[in-house]
Amino acid sequence: MLIKKPGHIPSSEITSRSVYLNRRKFLAGAAAAGAVALAGRAAGDLFAPGISYADAAKLNVTVKSPFSTTEKETSLEDITHYNNFYEFGTDKYSPAKYAQAMRTRPWKVKVEGEVQKPRTFDIDDLLKLAPLEERIYRHRCVEGWSIVVPWNGYPLSALINQVQPTSKAKYVMFETALDWSTMPGVREPVLNWPYTEGLRLDEAMHPLALLCFGLYGEELPKQDGAPVRTVVPWKYGFKSCKSIVRIRFMEKQPPTAWNMAAPNEYGFYSNVNPNVDHPRWSQATERRLGEFLKRKTLMFNGYEQVASLYNGMDLRKYY
Amino acid sequence: MTAERFVRLSKPAVFAACLVPLGLLARKGITFRLGANPIEVITHSTGDWTLIFLCITLAITPLRRILRLPWLIRYRRMTGLFAFFHAVLHFLTYVWLDKFFDWHAMVKDVYKRPFITAGFTAFVLLLPLAATSTAGMIRRLGGRRWQMLHRLIYVSATAGVIHYYWQVKADVRLPLRYAAIVAILLGCRAVFRVMDRRRPGARMPEHAEKLAPERDVLPG
Repeated sequence: MLIKKPGHIPSSEITSRSVYLNRRKFLAGAAAAGAVALAGRAAGDLFAPGISYADAAKLNVTVKSPFSTTEKETSLEDITHYNNFYEFGTDKYSPAKYAQAMRTRPWKVKVEGEVQKPRTFDIDDLLKLAPLEERIYRHRCVEGWSIVVPWNGYPLSALINQVQPTSKAKYVMFETALDWSTMPGVREPVLNWPYTEGLRLDEAMHPLALLCFGLYGEELPKQDGAPVRTVVPWKYGFKSCKSIVRIRFMEKQPPTAWNMAAPNEYGFYSNVNPNVDHPRWSQATERRLGEFLKRKTLMFNGYEQVASLYNGMDLRKYY
Repeated sequence: MTAERFVRLSKPAVFAACLVPLGLLARKGITFRLGANPIEVITHSTGDWTLIFLCITLAITPLRRILRLPWLIRYRRMTGLFAFFHAVLHFLTYVWLDKFFDWHAMVKDVYKRPFITAGFTAFVLLLPLAATSTAGMIRRLGGRRWQMLHRLIYVSATAGVIHYYWQVKADVRLPLRYAAIVAILLGCRAVFRVMDRRRPGARMPEHAEKLAPERDVLPG
């Protein structure tokens, strides 16, 4: 019997995995390059992201964070055209359409409550409070999809240290702007407006908790929560609060929007947890946008270093 | 033009119109315009159109009576089968694209997640209706029994709306709109029933049509 041996293929001829995976892009790029040559235009124009934000200002990002994941970043197109921002409508596509009307300058953030130095920050002062970092985080929505976002911001603790919480401060509440003239979604009583979210003070002080001003090196697109939002990567996305106008330090656990809407479905903690299902769907897996097959959801969204915050707590009870 | 001629000529056009929603979805798919989460868009679109076609089908009986257009019934099998067609696509999207044939997860879903249970019930109830939609099956079952069986559409549509209502996160306005429409359409039937009991002669002669040799006429 003849068994044909596979011929030897020199490694130089093997297509690398990344080139293989990007073969469509490569072909598109080749075609585009041809078109560019014909049109005599600069290739740079063509490879720029599909959408341009006229007012998107570059941020001075100086630190690359060791907390960043090496996973493939979700495209700017997807990050800006698949949003949950109920103030601008309850479907994923409305925020991109309607949020552009929101005015993000001038913008003030009031920091108050149980702090020794309450203060109202102008957004441009808040931006300069600490060096801006790039943090590439996994972002897991309670609905079962996820993205990878290169956020720009600094640790929330930098702001908290600035205002010095009193010994009574146990929780922090964040409040989203409420503007009837630019937010079509708030005319419907879908949630209790204004949107509020909250963290325990030790959660807010955790080095992973980010006060975020941008993504992909530019100011936050409005639909992603401009001009300032929080990012709490080990919790479901709704725990991060967008377009913040007020931060209040409190002794008691603050009321939060989704918890008020459905307390049995959205707990105050809402840590990403594949073992605790949402009452209506499983949280064991998630669909990473851009991928066909679902992937397993990781405990604390893969940020296991926060586990010690919840020592001795029954995470089924405190979901 | 007689009603008969109009129905015969318009049927291909109605059929083509019923294919438009799916055509638009397919076009979006081919041109990569389904957005960041294409599977979700396909799921929502096929689900929406199942409910829309169910509502259209349920609207035919009240409309033909209120507008005195008895021949409207001639489109009912087509719209009903289009509802079933979209339900099959919706179900396949779930089985294939969403769960990727993870039977274990799906079985768990059906008994553990009320909204999946409701949706699955709505789908399963449509199966016997689609299977007995031919003229031959009507004859074999007999008009009366066939009609009894096909009242399952009331349960299926109701389960379908509940499926949608239980699925949404917080914004129940759309599911409530479907609920209102289905409630009105089923309510019409209750009203007709009361009216007919008072005036036995007023009933639209549905069963008379059954005697006609015309293949397409179904008892209402």
